[in-house]
Amino acid sequence: MSIQSRAKSKNISHGNREKRSMMFWGWMLIAPTLIGLLILNIIPVIQTLIMSFQNVSTFGESTWVFFDNYKRLFEDPKFWLSLKNTLLYGIIQVPITVALSTLAAVLLNQKIKGVEVYRVIYFLPMIAAPAAVAMVWRWMYSSDYGLINSFLKFLGFSGNIEWLYNPQVVIWSLIIVGIWSNVGYNMILLLSGLQEIPKSYYEAADLDGAGTVQQFFKITLPLLTPQLFFVLVTSIISAFQVFDLIFVMFEATNPALSKVQSLVYQFYNETFILDDKGYGAAIVIILVVLIMIVTVIQLIGQKKWVNYD
Amino acid sequence: MFKEPTNKSKVFIHITLIIGAIAMITPFIWMILTSGKTQAESTMIPPQIFPENFQWENYKNVWGALPFIKFYWNTGVMIAGRVLFSTLFSAMAAFAVAKLEFPGKNIFFMLVLTQMMIPAQIFITPQYLLVQNMGLLNTTTALIIPGIVSAFGTFLLRQFFLQLPDDMMEAAKVDGASIGEIFFKIYLPLARSGLVSLGIFTALFAYKDLMWPLIANISQDKMSLSAGITTLQGQFTTNYPELMAGSVISIAPMVILYIIFQKQFIEGIASTGGK
Repeated sequence: MSIQSRAKSKNISHGNREKRSMMFWGWMLIAPTLIGLLILNIIPVIQTLIMSFQNVSTFGESTWVFFDNYKRLFEDPKFWLSLKNTLLYGIIQVPITVALSTLAAVLLNQKIKGVEVYRVIYFLPMIAAPAAVAMVWRWMYSSDYGLINSFLKFLGFSGNIEWLYNPQVVIWSLIIVGIWSNVGYNMILLLSGLQEIPKSYYEAADLDGAGTVQQFFKITLPLLTPQLFFVLVTSIISAFQVFDLIFVMFEATNPALSKVQSLVYQFYNETFILDDKGYGAAIVIILVVLIMIVTVIQLIGQKKWVNYD
Repeated sequence: MFKEPTNKSKVFIHITLIIGAIAMITPFIWMILTSGKTQAESTMIPPQIFPENFQWENYKNVWGALPFIKFYWNTGVMIAGRVLFSTLFSAMAAFAVAKLEFPGKNIFFMLVLTQMMIPAQIFITPQYLLVQNMGLLNTTTALIIPGIVSAFGTFLLRQFFLQLPDDMMEAAKVDGASIGEIFFKIYLPLARSGLVSLGIFTALFAYKDLMWPLIANISQDKMSLSAGITTLQGQFTTNYPELMAGSVISIAPMVILYIIFQKQFIEGIASTGGK
């Protein structure tokens, strides 16, 4: 064997050893996450899907019922109400929240005093446990002694709105708390997007004599679209999963509950209170399909308005 | 827009921001003020804003009615467990995906992305049955389990590792270091800001998690704060001063941490979103 070829074969075996060590470490390092994801997430998806075609008894015995759970769902007026409430909540809460977050982010991106203080206050609702948040809102919504009705009375309105019991009002009560809870979080995400816009763009616009409003629509908004898109997609996904606020603000015996309960609330109730896991699974599958459809529509639609460059 | 706004527009900006700030903070102030009132004071029409004498009694009563020390402990264990495990495991997986080449890597990363897009409710019933079969319902371990690994964390930290240069790896290899050593000694410390962001994010969402603690641990001793205070309503139905005292007790630790570490909180959360 010539010296050259010996060197070459040594190189190959060295390369192989390196490849093998990379593979060993690669698999070692992903192992905990891989195993965890399989056991806690991937297999459960399949199990939930299977469960939605079964009747699961309290003791875990399941019998195949095929599409019975889904048939039942489509005939269940409560399901249609939950679906309607979920959609309504998402469609109204998210655009208002995103609009207000954008406004707050743009204002906080100016050269003014106290930016830090505003930032801390706006983000505060994000820090509190939803159960505590829902409890204080419930108190403020109290029709007799609540702060909100008293304030409305002070402003000259009649001020006897049944925020928690009037079937026509309850969804709005939920939407208001939803907006309040989410503005700060989205604002922070949008603010970091704003800070990436090069200042020179504005300086150039100033030289061209463009006014503040013009600059907002010609520079700020187009360059913010990637963050706006992200915020919109994640906000809709989380709005469609609303549960905590409903669970604490509206007790199970509240007659107006059916006008505010979401798909996730109904899932929780069917699965863990009424112990009908198969039926609950069918609700979740519908929710997942709904979220996927809406997300795909947004992904397709983004080409029309999101600016990546 | 980066030129100094005119004085007139500054006034307008501040007025708008102050109205927003009042809307954001009023529920918290009302929570604290109510928690110091007698029940009669809380039901005055028109409302009395400040309590005559701050009623510490309310706090004593609520503290006695619910095992808050246990709630704090359980929540602390849940947060510590989820943060430690998911940050470490995510960092390991993220480093492998970002810096190593090995068969199966892309399939694994697709799995991570898929998990991130699926709403969590789909996992929860099987997770519940799993924990039940392991005999772990009503334990603090149960609170940790769903958060032991994190697809989101893996995705997030991958971004951090991708930004770090490859040549440190080559240099360390020449010196005879194994990939494991390279990860723990060189790359992991350099990803510290990413780890802190992920840790804060994980801690906050563990603290806010309601449905899982609610179903996994129904015995009061094993409840987390957020699940525990929902049982207050059953006990103090319309005694709002005491309900508000309970709310203050449950949010105080997180709010205090937030005020101390506000910069880390806000920047940590900001770096978990967007790009």
